[in-house]
Amino acid sequence: MAKEKETVPVALVTLTIGILVAIISFWYGRDNGLLPEQVSQQAPLVDNFFRVMVTVGTALFLLVEGAIVFALFKFRRRPDDDTDAPPIKGNFSLEVFWTAIPAVIVIGLGIYSVDVYNRMGGFDTVGSTAVAHHHGGHATQLASLPGSSDVGAPLLSAAAPQQVAFKYGLGATPAEGQASPFLEIAVKGLQYAWLFTYPNGMVTGELHVPVGEDVRLNITAQDVLHSFWLPEFRIKQDAIPGETTELRFTPTKTGTYPVVCAELCGAYHGSMRSQIIIQEPDEYEQWVAENQPVAVTTGTDTVALHPSERSDADFLAPYAAEWGIDAAAIAPLQPERHA
Amino acid sequence: MTQAQISMDAVSHTEHPEAWKWYHYFWYNTDHKVIGIQYLVFSFIAYLIAGVMALFMRAELYTPNSDVLDPNLYNALLTNHGTMMIFFWVVPAAIGGFGNYLVPLMIGAKDMAFPNLNAIAFWLNPPAALMLTISLWFGGAQSGWTAYPPLSLVTNNLGQSFWALAILLVGTSSILGALNFLITIYKLKIPNMRWDQLPLFCWAMVATSALALFSTPVLAAGLILLLFDINFGTGFFRPEMGGNVVIYQHLFWFYSHPAVYLMILPIFGIMSEVISTHARKPIFGYKAIAYSSLAICFVGLFVWVHHMFTSGTPPWMRMFFTISTLIVAVPTGVKIFGWVATLWGGKIRFTTPMLFAVGLLAMFVLGGLSGVTLGTAPFDIHVHDTYYVVAHFHYVLFGGSVFGLYAAIYHWFPKMTGRMYNEPLGKAHFILTFIGTNLTFLPMHELGLQGMPRRIAMYDPQFEAINQLCTYGSMLLGVSILPFLINAIWSWGWGPKAERNPWRSLTLEWQTASPPIIENFPEDPIVWAGPYDYGIDTEADEDDTTVEDMLAEVGAEAR
Amino acid sequence: MQGTLDTASNGRNPATNAAMGHAEHEDYRLLGLMTFLFSESLMFGGLFAVYLVYRSSNGAWPPAGTEVELLLPAINTVILVSSSFVIHRGDSAIKKGDVGGMRFWYLATALMGIVFLGGQVYEYLNLGYGLGKNVFSSCFYVMTGFHGLHVLVGVLLMLGVIWRSRREGHYNAEKHTGVEMTEIYWHFVDIIWIVLFALLYILTLF
Ligand code: HEA
Ligand code: HEA
Ligand code: CUA
Ligand SMILES: [Cu+2]
Repeated sequence: MAKEKETVPVALVTLTIGILVAIISFWYGRDNGLLPEQVSQQAPLVDNFFRVMVTVGTALFLLVEGAIVFALFKFRRRPDDDTDAPPIKGNFSLEVFWTAIPAVIVIGLGIYSVDVYNRMGGFDTVGSTAVAHHHGGHATQLASLPGSSDVGAPLLSAAAPQQVAFKYGLGATPAEGQASPFLEIAVKGLQYAWLFTYPNGMVTGELHVPVGEDVRLNITAQDVLHSFWLPEFRIKQDAIPGETTELRFTPTKTGTYPVVCAELCGAYHGSMRSQIIIQEPDEYEQWVAENQPVAVTTGTDTVALHPSERSDADFLAPYAAEWGIDAAAIAPLQPERHA
Repeated sequence: MTQAQISMDAVSHTEHPEAWKWYHYFWYNTDHKVIGIQYLVFSFIAYLIAGVMALFMRAELYTPNSDVLDPNLYNALLTNHGTMMIFFWVVPAAIGGFGNYLVPLMIGAKDMAFPNLNAIAFWLNPPAALMLTISLWFGGAQSGWTAYPPLSLVTNNLGQSFWALAILLVGTSSILGALNFLITIYKLKIPNMRWDQLPLFCWAMVATSALALFSTPVLAAGLILLLFDINFGTGFFRPEMGGNVVIYQHLFWFYSHPAVYLMILPIFGIMSEVISTHARKPIFGYKAIAYSSLAICFVGLFVWVHHMFTSGTPPWMRMFFTISTLIVAVPTGVKIFGWVATLWGGKIRFTTPMLFAVGLLAMFVLGGLSGVTLGTAPFDIHVHDTYYVVAHFHYVLFGGSVFGLYAAIYHWFPKMTGRMYNEPLGKAHFILTFIGTNLTFLPMHELGLQGMPRRIAMYDPQFEAINQLCTYGSMLLGVSILPFLINAIWSWGWGPKAERNPWRSLTLEWQTASPPIIENFPEDPIVWAGPYDYGIDTEADEDDTTVEDMLAEVGAEAR
Repeated sequence: MQGTLDTASNGRNPATNAAMGHAEHEDYRLLGLMTFLFSESLMFGGLFAVYLVYRSSNGAWPPAGTEVELLLPAINTVILVSSSFVIHRGDSAIKKGDVGGMRFWYLATALMGIVFLGGQVYEYLNLGYGLGKNVFSSCFYVMTGFHGLHVLVGVLLMLGVIWRSRREGHYNAEKHTGVEMTEIYWHFVDIIWIVLFALLYILTLF
């Protein structure tokens, strides 16, 4: 910036530099390849926003660094010159200029981020007031509990039978509006695993969702803070003990992607990972059918066992080896009721 | 207040020696210069320890598996690395070290307003550091330097309590130091120095101290509640008792966001001194730079939630704090541009302090720009708690604060020790550090964007290559410290004697001997020019002859 | 600002003089204390804010089983508030050079502080619940306890002043910064208590 003003005499140089900086910035903003695949509807929003910021950032970076490097060469002390430089103490209009430009940029970024945030569902303008459509089918009776008649009534669902008042997280996007999510899954973080409870009561350690459908996760934590992160979806929300948080998204691609815990939760925080498997709707239905609660039985058990009757410890035991934690660490987990 | 009362009794006009002997530096001493050096040496040792911890962490991260360190130990090192770097290196070195050493000299005072309080404030630090170090022997605190409950309530209670007590001690020290600085600058500035002749470092210390006074007590409140939760069964942060874990985060960040400005504002002050002196040019936009410190200090009080965007924060909070965070870029930009404009048209001397200052300028811009991207909630949701954040804060903390501290050490080395450092070694130190920093921390941006969370001892194999690059960089950083250590130790003991004003600088500290005599100035100095009036002698029109005479005098003394 | 500076005293504080010669530094110490108390009030401010957040996010406040009683704390409040006037008499006395009067009033204030502390301890013993009962009880004990600690420090400061005043001429009409600082500190403790009383007792009525 300083450069532009002070070398103004050579307007052409300024212009060339300006064009060069612009080209490089736009190029790097578009093609930086820094972000992973995009698998949710939010991802392109975030990525475009990031591109804009990288473009602006690169331009600022090049200008400032360019000015520094140029000054270092141009204005280095010549040998045997022990005099001082001309005493220029300031330039009011220049100072106003470089206060105003960043101010305009950050106001622009601020407005843009409010917009992106809104389109990501951050404000959940209407979604949370909608009455849930229960994908799983049972527990509909809860929807008519006394007190739930007012518009602000929290969602009640099979997956999370407690009151889910939307407070924190990402909710319905303006596009989804009043519509209730296609699928609601309760997510529980505990040291060091994620548990997913489906509307029909089944509990899994991996998240399966159908592609193209609107999914909502109701996130809680059992012991300490965790953070539910889907890098390819660009969304993240802390799991907070004593609080239910929410993430709502629509996967746009099939495939298997990591689920990461992003909040320090103890020694094995780094191994608290799982997978989200996005399937075609029919595959997904098939998977659900195969994993109905009755199907979740151990070899010796002849009685059909509903997962809610098993403690987390039981549930986790087979995974323990896989996650590299000893079974003893899991054992003390209290039995939890699901549904 | 108690010690103030004690001092009333002890009306003993103790005779001091002509100059301090080496052993005076190891004991209670109320001379601000001694205290400043005590802070600097103490904090540099903490830096080495915390740096070695980082090297161990990087060694662990060389491979995806956890093979070098036990994961519990990794977390303990991580916590103590962050804590020591912040609370025992940058804060005490920048505020305690250079603040104490320079402020009274720069304003022409003989000492701080409360010398005893000053010494007490320093001596709170060593026991705190000792507690932190000792706690490592029984596991140490393991919940990160942020110590979020409930994790901090359930892991290694003893280590965590020691950690909290240590931070409470240095917090107290910081409050006492801050009030001392404010009153010193306000009351002891020599009367004929106008406020617009106050060196910018002192302006920065005003902003820093105000910020410390505002924010530190809130952290203290949070830590006291945490201590009670850990040890006395209270339920502030225990959801099952009606507590709320997010409240701790508010209390913590209400301090710790301003704390990052505590770590950079004094450095900004140092930058103004160093750049102007070595470019032989008045600082560009003195008033703008002075006021932008105050603006950063003020706005900095209202941005803390940007560390909690993915936590329990409602939408309005996310948006409000997005915008307030972005605003900080404006006053910071004013400073950056002011320095670039100071370089512009100067006669730049490539001394080691100048190299570090320019290196800082180059890297801080990158760190600041990544900070701005983090400041927007929709993007931060993706990268929060990832290596992108680690990259951001090492750019501003290492590329910013640490580079600034190095610049300051080299710049004031002749003043503090009375000897010159070795220039080639200094340049080697700069080059190694500059390369090492970028090699270590630049690739971390990509790691975070691609999906690697921070604070993990084991990670996905896909990140291995980049992590190895970072580890090589950190080893280079480990090596880079050697030329500095050799230079500092050798030059301090046996370097060539320095003149009183080797840089021909105009601030007052250069008008007295190197090192300054015990009460700083033989007689009260007079301010006859602004602190950055370089090149005035070539300016024909306005100034009267006396100023020119005096400039000539300084030139003569320098030669 | 520079106008207010007294050139004669400025910068004349010998660095190595542990005493910091007093007469010329009176204003600094008072200023220092005020700055410190400002900072400290933010610590209480943090606690107050935390308390209010808990109150607004919990249903019944205080939760069942952790009710507070009102009579004793009300009496305590009256004692503490009036002690601020008592200590001010002491300050006025020393400004007239009346050391005896100052000692009398400071002793009286210290006694009132001790009575306050006694009342507080009595209350703790009779509440019937501990600090680990729920988040209200945690707040209650930590906040009042923390304040109580400040009261204790204040009492000790007063006793210290009285102890010092034995020495002839230690305090007189011109030289009494220690006395004044103690008074200011005590007013601070008092003001904090008024807020605490409002938050912990009065507000539980609504
Ligand atoms: C010296 C310390 C320091 C400094 C100066 C800064 C400066 C800034 N920081 Fe940083 N920060 C940290 C230390 C620091 N930070 C630390 C330690 C953490 C991690 C804590 C933890 O979780 O462990 C952190 C984390 C952190 C986060 C949280 C990330 C997360 O956890 O998700 C955020 C989010 O907003 C943030 C933002 C900023 C911003 C906007 C600035 C701004 O002040 C930067 C302003 C500077 C510039 C913008 C560059 C120069 C300006 C121009 C060239 C003008 C033109 C620019 C524009 C128009 C944009 N920082
Ligand atoms: C001023 C602050 C500061 C500084 C200077 C540094 C310096 C370094 N940091 Fe630090 N870092 C933090 C502040 C800082 N850090 C903070 C706040 C955190 C977050 C903690 C948390 O999450 O809670 C963090 C976290 C952090 C992580 C993330 C860990 C994780 O999330 O899992 C990593 C990983 O690479 C790292 C690396 C480094 C490295 C390689 C250096 C290097 O620059 C260090 C270079 C080291 C030296 C220069 C020392 C060399 C010494 C010797 C060679 C010995 C010589 C000895 C004798 C002669 C006696 N740091
Ligand atoms: Cu769970 Cu990290
Ligand atoms: Cu911050």
